[in-house]
Formats: sequence, structure tokens, C-alpha cells
Amino acid sequence: MAFKLQINGQPHSIDADGDTPLLWVIRDVLGMTGTKFGCGQALCGACTVHVDGVATRSCVTPIDSLSESQITTIEALETLAHGKALQDAWIELDVPQCGYCQSGQLMSAAALLSDIEQPTDEDIDSAMSGNVCRCGTYQRIRAAIKLASA
Amino acid sequence: MSTKIAAPRLNRRNFLKASAALGGGLIVSLGSVPTATLAATEFAPNAFIRIDRRGLVTLVMPQVEMGQGIYTAQAMLIAEELDVSLEEVRIEHAPVNEALYGHPMLGRQMTGGSTSIRAFWTPLRTAGATARTLLMQAAAKEWNVDVASCRTEQGFVVNPDGRTRRAYGELVDIAASLPIPPAESIALKQPSEFTLLGTSAKRLDTRGKTNGSLKYGIDASPPGTKIAAIAISPVLGGKPKSVNEPAALAIKGVRQVVITDDSVAVVADHTGAAKKGLEAAAIEWEDGPNGSMSQADILQQLEEQSQSAGGVARSEGDVSAALQSAAIRIDAVYQLPFLSHTAMEPMNCTVHIGENGCELWVGTQNLSSAKQATATVTGLPPENIIINNHIVGGGFGRRLEADGIAHAVKVAMQVKGPVKVIWSREEDIQHGYYRPYYYDRISGGIDTDGNPIAWSHRVAGSSIFARIAPAAMQNGVDPDGVEGAAHPPYKLPAIHVEFKQVEPQGVLTSWWRGVGPSHNIFVVESFIDELAAAAKSDPVEYRKRLLAENPRALAVLELAAEKAGWGEALPQGRGRGVAVQLAFGTYLAMVADVSVAEDGTVRVTRIVTAVDCGMTVNPDTIAAQMEGGALYGLTAALYGAITFKDGRVEQSNFDNYLPLRIEEAPHVETHIVRSAEAPGGIGEASTTAVFPAVTNAIFAATGKRVRTLPINPEELKAQ
Repeated sequence: MAFKLQINGQPHSIDADGDTPLLWVIRDVLGMTGTKFGCGQALCGACTVHVDGVATRSCVTPIDSLSESQITTIEALETLAHGKALQDAWIELDVPQCGYCQSGQLMSAAALLSDIEQPTDEDIDSAMSGNVCRCGTYQRIRAAIKLASA
Repeated sequence: MSTKIAAPRLNRRNFLKASAALGGGLIVSLGSVPTATLAATEFAPNAFIRIDRRGLVTLVMPQVEMGQGIYTAQAMLIAEELDVSLEEVRIEHAPVNEALYGHPMLGRQMTGGSTSIRAFWTPLRTAGATARTLLMQAAAKEWNVDVASCRTEQGFVVNPDGRTRRAYGELVDIAASLPIPPAESIALKQPSEFTLLGTSAKRLDTRGKTNGSLKYGIDASPPGTKIAAIAISPVLGGKPKSVNEPAALAIKGVRQVVITDDSVAVVADHTGAAKKGLEAAAIEWEDGPNGSMSQADILQQLEEQSQSAGGVARSEGDVSAALQSAAIRIDAVYQLPFLSHTAMEPMNCTVHIGENGCELWVGTQNLSSAKQATATVTGLPPENIIINNHIVGGGFGRRLEADGIAHAVKVAMQVKGPVKVIWSREEDIQHGYYRPYYYDRISGGIDTDGNPIAWSHRVAGSSIFARIAPAAMQNGVDPDGVEGAAHPPYKLPAIHVEFKQVEPQGVLTSWWRGVGPSHNIFVVESFIDELAAAAKSDPVEYRKRLLAENPRALAVLELAAEKAGWGEALPQGRGRGVAVQLAFGTYLAMVADVSVAEDGTVRVTRIVTAVDCGMTVNPDTIAAQMEGGALYGLTAALYGAITFKDGRVEQSNFDNYLPLRIEEAPHVETHIVRSAEAPGGIGEASTTAVFPAVTNAIFAATGKRVRTLPINPEELKAQ
């Protein structure tokens, strides 16, 4: 059967098994490749999207659980409350290296700032701990979140 | 800003078509290229720069961007001499062509070993200066003035009258018709004239990495692409024994099951279906001869074979006699584990095999090997193979190997239309080319004054060069295997260094971030710390004494020690450790602060680096590489170990092959020494230094010497 999804404000009808992870629908079926595959087990956060404003690992989220939800991906980050500020801060501090994890980092950071406008180091650690960066950009991520929230 | 990373060009034919479509343009090349070739809108050898009639400057990047900032740095080299704004250039990936884009130091078309700036410092500046010279000559010809009286200014040639100017785009047709001046006649800027080099220019690839628009290899999707999930034999040399194809094909969206010599792939409309199909296929494997291999076998082999002599890399003085006469002698065994790379972008490759050729979409550090591997699998002539390289989502040496490409091409041989083969994270971790396990025996002796009088180091482990370039082996010595060991920066009157090749059964080994020094700097800098402790000397003072004749090493050591506050008293359970190295042409000193908890948990709280990498291209990139490199090494020091049981890798994902996370990340400070020396490499330097800096700090905190990595908290528990 087809499943209805709302992604970045657009309705989509997806003909796939209900247990298909959202990540593959976004990337392979809809061709929106900004959301990344890293681990498939919710261990690295590269696939982070927002589901009703909550940072969610799309690699373990089946599409049959999402019919009533608003999904936001990195392609629409700019439309979120702190999205533009975060992108600007990321550019200002040249945060990314390989950049592969950064879509997920930014989506997690946007969810953090929508919950806590002025996060402490502890808030940042807590919100960003699930997002792995193998290039080791953590100190710039921390600084950029603070810059965006300033 | 208008900077763009262009999609890679498809092939030579399209390249020509595209160039022609732009209505002419200037192609600058290095070396002696016939003028006729350049005057036409044709591809010319060694083309790094294209300028079209609109003035659009395209820079073709010979080295791949994998996070190290090379697209920005190499563009800066060209833009400095060409005199164009970095914000107005367009970056393009180089196509496969060793003749045009081969690495001046490594020969092949590859990116690795922290060599990109060292190798291309002069060629790319020469490319820029040659183009600028031709544009000035073109303007001088049009104005009928002496070229020496013209100057350039950010994309314009300025007339001696100071008012008239021509945009580069207006000059390309005349410039293209002029003879290329010989490279030796091209005057490069003096460092004092640099306006771009040495500045922290913003990276050119950041915006696309903040809005999801930048395409990695895994994002490539030529029309009609199917997705394949792959399972490779869990034991090296094994093969599929049984596959439940009907069960896989019954999964919605699954199109095909492909069986190769050592893998099974399920091809589907999307990855979700492909993975589900792969699971349904319930593959059973024939393990082959490596099925009983275990970690204990590997260690036993290393322990035994490291007892006999290897090839001699360096031998000066009478080490045996000096060890006999030493006031204090230390004999130690250091062990370093197999390491996976775990780049964030899992291995992947998209392949389309048509009637006459093969096209690939992939991010690779090694275009030469990629093409060779594809030709070998397909039997196609190399000229019928097109490779679209991409920005890489983390390399760390893993993508110098072409096994992922070969596996994908084998699958594609059986698939009609393009297929994207994606490895799961588990496949990525369990089918690596691992950093070798090293088992080093090292002995040293000090005299009554504490000075080292003997140093004997035998490296034992797998040889990467013996596999990929046997000709580089000399007298049984792998030059990479002893890099960082054969020539420590210290004054050592008697030194003997050997390499003993020991190849583990059923394990593939290769490069890792930091290559040879990633292991040797740990051993050397730990052992010099052992000698300092035996001499009851402060680790920094001891090193300074031995570096008196090595001013650049001494300078970075003194700077790092000063910035770190070396010598301050620290509370119980905390310690400060130091490491100094010359590796990749760069001098680096690092001081790490650690705290060790009662339960042995190690936390690194601060890292200070002082780096002398000669002339700098982009200081902020250097800082970024110091930060990222240190965290990459720290992750391995704390957690990294690939182990084997029944021929299989025991680790599988980020829950048992742990990455460092944000709450564990120390702040890394970078201090750059101003230098007029030739540029050194920076991509791997702090990765190699962090292992000993941290373990030496643990010794300072606990009195316990870490000789086996990864760091084991059990051994650091308070008594």
C-alpha cells in the first residue's frame, strides 16, 4: 500500500513496505540526498531529520509511523527558526571538514536551539552526543552553536 | 559568493564539447605544450586553469577533497599567482588522467601521505603565474605597450596609464594564441608579495555542506539507478555456499540477486528493500582456509617472528656494546592494534556498464587504482572507463584502496543499467584494509648522566609496500614501516633500527591516517619518555637536551611547553604529557592534559600543539587539521581495536568500534611558528603525535606506562 508523508511541507505518496526506514525513502525514492546514511542503527546521527520538530534518526524510523507527521530535512533547514543562523555560523567558523555528518549535526543543533535558546556546554553535549564526526569538528560545532544562539 | 563545486565532467569528449560551447577560452598548461593545441578550444595536457570569454575562471583540482581543505588550499596557490579573487573561481574535480594530474611525488593520480601541498606548491603556482603572464602579454599586444609596464588586479590587466583595464575574459582569445613561455622563465611571487597565501581564507566547499546540496559519491544517481546492498564473505577468501534467492526476490522492490566469487548483492529500487532482501537471502558461507584464524594466532606469530632479526633500516655506532655498558637499560615491547578507518561515508560505488564502456561515480583517493581495478574486472581497455570523482565523506587512507570499486564493478557486470552498491556500516568495518598490527621490540640504555647511549628498535608487522610496490622494499625494509622510527629527531650516538615483515593470515592491511608515523611516533616518543623517567629528568627538559642540534624541533617543543604551562603543579589524578616529531615534512610538538579517574577512565581535557610546517597556505586549515587530526588519533588511542575470531572481525558498528563523541572531545589549541622553510604536510601530523602525548600524560598522572594500545582502563585503576 502507499504511505502518505509530509516532507518539507510537500505531500508525497510512497509505494513501499511500511517498515521501510524513512532515510531510504528520502534519499532513494525522493532523491533528496542531503540526509546521509552513516550506520543504519541510530548510532551516529548522520541521518537526523525533524519529525514534528524533534530530532529523529531517519535510518530506524519506519514510514508507517509517520502518516500524521511533519518531516523536515536539511534541504529545508533554512525555513526553521534558527536554521539560517546556524548555517551562517557554520560558514563563519568553517566548521565542516569532509562535511558528511554535518547535515545531521545541523538538524540536531536546530532542534537544540528550538528547545533551549542559550544552551550551555552541558546542553550542547547532551543534545549533540548522538552525532558522530570522524573529522573531529566538535569544538567548532560547539562554538558555532554558541555563535548562532548569541 | 559565486564559488561553486562543479559536477565532475563526464569524459574527454564532453569536456571538449563543453569547452567549445563556452566559445573558446584560455587553457593554461605546465611544461611545453604545442601552441597550436592551446590556440584551439582543445584540451591541453596539465590543464589546471580555464578562463572563458565571460571571465569565468575554472580551476581543476588534481587532489581530492576529503575534508582536509585541499580544494581551498590548491585554489589559493593558483589564485595567488593568477591574481583572481578566490570568491569568483569555480572548482572542478580532475578527471582520471595520470599524464595531466599525476602526483609529482607519488607518481600516480592519488591523494595521501600529507603530500598535496608539498607536491603541488610550485606546479600550481607556476600554472597561475603562466596564465597571468599570458594575459598580460595579450593586453600589452592589444595596447601596443611593453608588457613589463602592465600589471594585474583581481581579474583585470591594468594599462600603464593606470585607467584602462581589460578583464581577463576579454583577453582569452589573444592569450590563447600566444606561445606558452617556458616554466623556468616564469617569475613566481616572493613570499613577501603574497596577499592570499598565509591568510585564513574561507573554505570554498562549506556552503554546500550546510544545506545538503553538495554531492558525495553515495549521492550519485544517474537515471535508472538501482541500489544494491552487498554482503561480502565474512572470512577473507570465503565464498557464498547457499543463497535463498526466491525469498529475497519476494521482497517488495527487489529486482535481482547477484552472486559473485566472494559476495552476494541484492539489487532493488531503494536501499531499504535491498537490505531487507539481503537479510531474506539467508546467505550461508564456505569459509575457506582462514575460517579458524583468531587474534591469538596473530599475536603468537608476531611474538615469535619478532624475536629474529629483520632487515636493517639504519645502524650507527655499536649498539650492543653500548647496551652492555649502560648504567640503566630498558627493554620493552610495544603493541598497536589493527585499526579500521570508519569514515562517515560508508564504502559505495555506482557503476554503469554499457556495451562499449564503463562509467563510475565514486569518491576515491586513488583514481589510478580505481581505473586499473575496473579494467581488470571488466577486461575493458582503460580508455573506455570513465570515472566521475566526488568529494569524499572521509578518506583516512581507506579510499586509497580500490577493493570497494572492484566489488561494485563485479556486481554491475551482472546488472543491466546503473547500479549503486552501498556497504552497510557493518560491511564497512568488517571488510577493511586495516592499519597493521605492530609488535615492536625496543631497547635503550642511558649513561650515568642520563644521556641515551644506545637505541635498538625492531618493528614487526605487515608490510604495505611489499604488497603494493615491492620495488620500494630495500633489504627487506618497508620504508613506511620505519618512517618515524629510523630517524628520531634526538641525538642518539648508537642506533639500530630493523623492520621484520610478518604477514597475518586472513587479514588485509593498508594505509591509515598517519601511515608509518601513526605507529612509530607512538613507540619512539613513549620510549624517549621512558628514558627520561629512568634518568629522573623532566620530559621536556630531557628532550630539549637531546634536540640542541635540531633548532626547528626545539622551537616547537619550547613553544608548546610554554603555551601549555608546562611545569605547573597539577592536582592528583591529572597529568601532562609531551610528544615531539618530524613527520610529513612538518615539525610538531604536542602537550596533552589528562585526568585518570579511580576506575581508570581517561579523559583528555586539553591539547596544545605548536607546529612548524614551513610556509603556510591557510592557517585556519592548519588549525582545523590539528584539531581533527588529534581527535582522530585520540579516538584510536582510547578505543580503536579490530580483533578476529574464527576468521571474522569481531567489531561491527559504532556501538563496539567506538567513535569519540562531542562530550569527550578536548579543546585543541594550535600555535603556528612563522617560517620561510618549504611547506610540510599537516593532514596527519597531529594524529600521530596524540598517541604518545596522551599516554605520556597518563604516565605523569599515574606512573603507569601504556605500552599496548588501545589504552586499557583496567590497567589504570587506582590500587
